[in-house]
Amino acid sequence: MYSFNYHCVSSTAEASELFDSCESAVYLSGGMTLIPTLKQRLDYPTDVIDLRAINDLQGINKENGSIRVGSRTCHADVARHHHIQALADLAAGIGDLQVRNCGTIGGSIANNDPAADYPAALLGLGATVHTNNRDIGADDFFVDLFETALEMGEIVTAVSFPTPRRAAYLKFPNPASRYAIVGVFVAETEAGIRVAVTGAGPCVFRATTIEEALHRDFRPTAVEGLSVDHSNFNSDIHASQEFRGHLVTEMTKRAVAEIS
Amino acid sequence: MTTNSGIGASVLRKEDARFITGTGGYTDDLSLPGQVYCVFVRSPHARAIIKSVDTSDAESSEGVLAVFTGEDLRSDGIGDLPCGWMVKSKDGSDMLAPSHPAIATTHVNYVGDIYAMVIADTIETAKDAAELVEADFEILTPVVDVASATTADQIHENVPHNQCYDWELGDSAATEAAFANATHVTSLYIVNNRLIPNAIEPRAALGNHDPASGLYTLYTTSQNPHLERLILAAFVNVAPEAKLHVISPDVGGGFGSKIFVYAEETAVIWATAKVGRPIKWRAERIESFQADAHGRDHVTHAELALSGDGDFLGLRVKTIANMGAYLSTFASSVPTYLYGTLLSGQYKTPAIHVEVKSVFTNTVPVDAYRGAGRPEATYVVERLVETAARELGVDPVEIRRRNFIQPSDFPYETPVALTYDTGDYEASLARALNLANYSEFAQRRNESEANGRKRGIGFSCYIEACGLAPSQVALSLGAGVGLFESAEVRVDVTGSVTVMTGTHSHGQGHETTFAQVVSDKLGIPFENVTVVHGDTSKSDYGLGTYGSRSLAVGGSAIATATDKVIVKAKKIAAHMLNSTEERVSFDEGIFKIPDSNESLSFGEVAFSAYVPGNFPIEELEPGLSEKAFYDPANFTYPAGTHICEVEMDPGTGTTKIVSFVAVDDFGTVINPMIVEGQVHGGITQGIGQALLEHGVYDADGQLLTGSYMDYTMPRADDVPDFIVDTTVTPCTHNPLGAKGCGEAGAIGATAAVMNAITNALEVKELAMPATAETVWRALTGE
Repeated sequence: MYSFNYHCVSSTAEASELFDSCESAVYLSGGMTLIPTLKQRLDYPTDVIDLRAINDLQGINKENGSIRVGSRTCHADVARHHHIQALADLAAGIGDLQVRNCGTIGGSIANNDPAADYPAALLGLGATVHTNNRDIGADDFFVDLFETALEMGEIVTAVSFPTPRRAAYLKFPNPASRYAIVGVFVAETEAGIRVAVTGAGPCVFRATTIEEALHRDFRPTAVEGLSVDHSNFNSDIHASQEFRGHLVTEMTKRAVAEIS
Repeated sequence: MTTNSGIGASVLRKEDARFITGTGGYTDDLSLPGQVYCVFVRSPHARAIIKSVDTSDAESSEGVLAVFTGEDLRSDGIGDLPCGWMVKSKDGSDMLAPSHPAIATTHVNYVGDIYAMVIADTIETAKDAAELVEADFEILTPVVDVASATTADQIHENVPHNQCYDWELGDSAATEAAFANATHVTSLYIVNNRLIPNAIEPRAALGNHDPASGLYTLYTTSQNPHLERLILAAFVNVAPEAKLHVISPDVGGGFGSKIFVYAEETAVIWATAKVGRPIKWRAERIESFQADAHGRDHVTHAELALSGDGDFLGLRVKTIANMGAYLSTFASSVPTYLYGTLLSGQYKTPAIHVEVKSVFTNTVPVDAYRGAGRPEATYVVERLVETAARELGVDPVEIRRRNFIQPSDFPYETPVALTYDTGDYEASLARALNLANYSEFAQRRNESEANGRKRGIGFSCYIEACGLAPSQVALSLGAGVGLFESAEVRVDVTGSVTVMTGTHSHGQGHETTFAQVVSDKLGIPFENVTVVHGDTSKSDYGLGTYGSRSLAVGGSAIATATDKVIVKAKKIAAHMLNSTEERVSFDEGIFKIPDSNESLSFGEVAFSAYVPGNFPIEELEPGLSEKAFYDPANFTYPAGTHICEVEMDPGTGTTKIVSFVAVDDFGTVINPMIVEGQVHGGITQGIGQALLEHGVYDADGQLLTGSYMDYTMPRADDVPDFIVDTTVTPCTHNPLGAKGCGEAGAIGATAAVMNAITNALEVKELAMPATAETVWRALTGE
C-alpha cells in the first residue's frame, strides 16, 4: 500500500470537515473493501479518515414501524437482530465470519458493489438512508455501478428499514467469492410488493414485471415462465447474462415460496 | 509389534502442536541480521519483445540497493532453469526446450514473467521502486488456446509449431487391429481443466552469502531441497554444490507446486552475494496465482474398443498437453511417463496406444500437481469405462468386474510399460459398494425424482504408480536424476534416536509416521524418535517428497537403516551378554539369550556403544549410527474404488455431493489417521477439479482467475462427510509393504464425481468444472 495520512475522528462533523480539507480522502468504516484495495495499490488516497471511533453510528433501534441501523453496525450484529428476519438472514450470509464482524452496513451501501447483498435489502424494503446532511430514499440512493447519490464527503449515519408484512432474501452465491451472482429480496410492504435484484446487473434494481405479477398473485406459480430482460446484465466466467436472467426468476420463485 | 504408537496406530501428529499454535518456523518467519527485501517486476503482457528496460529511476530511489535485469544474471554466468526429464518424440528426436532464464532478457512469455528484480531496505520501498522500472515492450499476439497451439504463431525461435514433443507409447498396430475387430467403440472428447495449486503458504526464499566462507545459504519453500541445491549448483551455476546450503524449514503445503526450481529463489540466492546482504522474498497471493506452476490442462480424444459382451479390446488416446510458456522442472514427464503408462487402469485391456503432443502457450508453466498425470489418465479411463457401460446397457460395476486384472494375474505386465506387483481390485470395489449401499440406489433415485431433483451415482476404479521411482527405469526413460531415497538412523548416547531423511514433509506428517516406524522396529518410545528433514547439511542427498514416495521409498530407507542398527546392536549385546550374535534375540526393545534371565535394553546397548568400556572394540567400531540408500525395485501401485453420489437441483444447476465413499489399498498403513487425512484432502481436490476449480485465461493471455474472488477453491461446505476405508495387499517389493497414499484422493475422485453427474443428467459428456450454469445448460439444452 502507498503511504497516506491516517486520521481517527470522533464525530461526523469532524470527519466531514477534515474530508474537505484533504486532497483526496477516503473514509474507513469496516475496511472490507478499502483495505484490500489499498494493499493491492489499486487506490492511493492522500488521507484515510477512520470513522470507527464515532460512537453514535453504532447499534440497532426499533422505531415506530421500522428499525434504524447505525451505519457502523457490523453485519454480525444485524444478523443477530431478528425483528426483520429476512434482513438478519441476509446479513448472516455476507462474506465469512471475519467479514461479518468487521464489515458495516454503511460501508457496504456507500461502496455499492453490484454484487453486494445489502443494496437488495434497502431497495426491497424501501429503506431510507440517513446521512450527515439529509435522508435519501433507497429508490434514489443506488445510482449505478459503484455509484450512489452520496455527495463528496457525505457520510451515511444510519439506515431505517420499514417492517414488512413478509419478506425473504435468497442469494445464488458466486462459488469463489460468495458474493451474489444473483440475490433477490422479495417483500410485501405497506407500499406494496417490492422485488429488488442484486448481482445480476451493474446496479441493484427493482424487477417491476415480477412485482406486478406478484401483486396480482403472491404465489411462486405467478413467477413461473416470467422472463426478465437480461440484455444489460453482467456476464463473467461464473455466469452469463442468460443464466443470471434465469436465476432472477428462479430465486424469486423460491423466495416467494418461503413466505407464501 | 503393535503398540499404541507403533505401526498401525493412529498416533496424534508430533508436528501439529506447533502448527496449530502458530509456532511453526516457515521461511517468512525467519529473518537474518541486515536483511533486505526483493520485489520482482512482472510482465503485464502475455507475449512481448523486451526492447529495453530502464532501471535508472528505480536504482536512484532512496532505500534501493540494486535493480537487476536478466542481462545482469546472464553476464554473470547464471544459466537457464533446466527441465530435468528428457522426453523423446516418436521419431527419436529430443524434445525441444526453449531457453528459460530466471529473469527474461529478450522476450516475456506469460503474464507474470519476470523482467527485473528490485532489492531495497523495505518491501514497500522495493514496490515503489518497481513501479519506476520502465520497460519498452513490443506486444505480440499471444498463443493461449491449447488445441490450436501447433498452428498458432511460433513463440520460441527453436520450437517450430510450438511443439515440445510428439510422444507415443504402446503398440499402434495391435491397437488398430483391436478396433477393427470391435463390436462397439466408445469415444469421448475430454478437456482436463487447468488447475492452480494454491498451497496455503506462498512460496518464499531467504538467501544469505557469507563472504568469509564463501557459503551460500538458501531457506526456501521446497519439497526437495537437495534437488534445489543440485540444480542451482550444477545447472544454473549459482555456487559450487559444496558451497550451497539449502534449507526447507516448515513448509505449508506443496501439492507438487513446490517441487520445482523457480526463478525467484534462483535470483534471490544469486543477488545476495551481489548486494552483500541477506535478501528475503515472499510471494503475495496474486503472485502465487500468476507464477506457481499450474496443473493438468489436457485436451484428449479417447476411444475404447469393446466386444459385444463388454470385454475391453483396445484403447486409443490422443492428447495435447499444455506446457505453458517454458518447461518447468519436471513438466515433460507428467503427460508422458506419469500419464500414458497408467492408461491400463485396473483392466486387462490387451492393446493400448497413446500419443501425446506437448505444446507451448503464453501461459504460466504447467507441471506436476497432486497426482501429476495419473489423475488425467484415470479420468480418461474411468469416464470411458462408465460411458461404455451406459452405451452397452451394462451395469457399470459389472463391466469393470468383467475386465479387472485378477489377483492370480500378478505380477501383471500392462501394454504400457508397467508391471503391477499386486492388488485385489474386487476387494476394494466390493467394500465400497457395500459402504455406498449401491443396491438401494434406485430407491434413492426415485425419492429424489419425487422431490424434483436428479440423482446420480458414479464410480472410479483408479490405479496409480507411486513410490517414485526405480532409478534405472526412470533414468532409462529420460529422468535426469536417480529416484532412490536416503536415511540415517543415528542412535543417541542415551538411546533416543534421530532420523535424517532426504524426503520432505510439508503437511504429510513424516515426523510422526517415520517415528512410528523406528519406534516399532527398535521397541523404544515414540517420543524418543526425532525426525529431521529439509536441510542439505543434515541429511544425505535425497530426492524429496512428491509422487506418494516418502513412505514407500524414504520409509523403506529408514527401515533398512534401522535394521542395520539392530544388526550392530545385536553384536554389541552378544559381547555384553557373553554370548554369540546368533543366539541374541531382539524383541520389543530387549536383547535376550535363550535359557538365561539376563537381558539388555536398547538404551543399555546404545550407551555401551558410545561409552565402550564393555565393548568388542577389536571387532567393532564404537558408535551406533547407520545409513541406507534405498532404491525401489518397482513402482508401487495403490488402487481402489471411489463411489460418488450426487443430487442435482434442476432449477439452479447446483450439484450437491450427498455421499462419497473411498476404499483404497495403500498396502501397509502406518498411521490410519494420517492416511485418512491425506485421503480427505485428495478427494477434496478431486472434487474441486470436477465442480469448482478452473484456471482461465482470456484471449489476450490475461489470467481471469487470478485471485480467490474468481478461482474457486473447494471449502468445507462444498464437500460431504467422507466414508473412507482401506483394503490391504502389501507391496511385494519394499520392506514396509507400503504403497503410498498422498495422491490417491485427487486421482480417483474427479472421475467418480463426473460419472455421477453425467449419470444424473443422462448426458454423455460434460465439461469440467460442472458449474451451475454448465449443468443448467445441459438440462435445458441451451
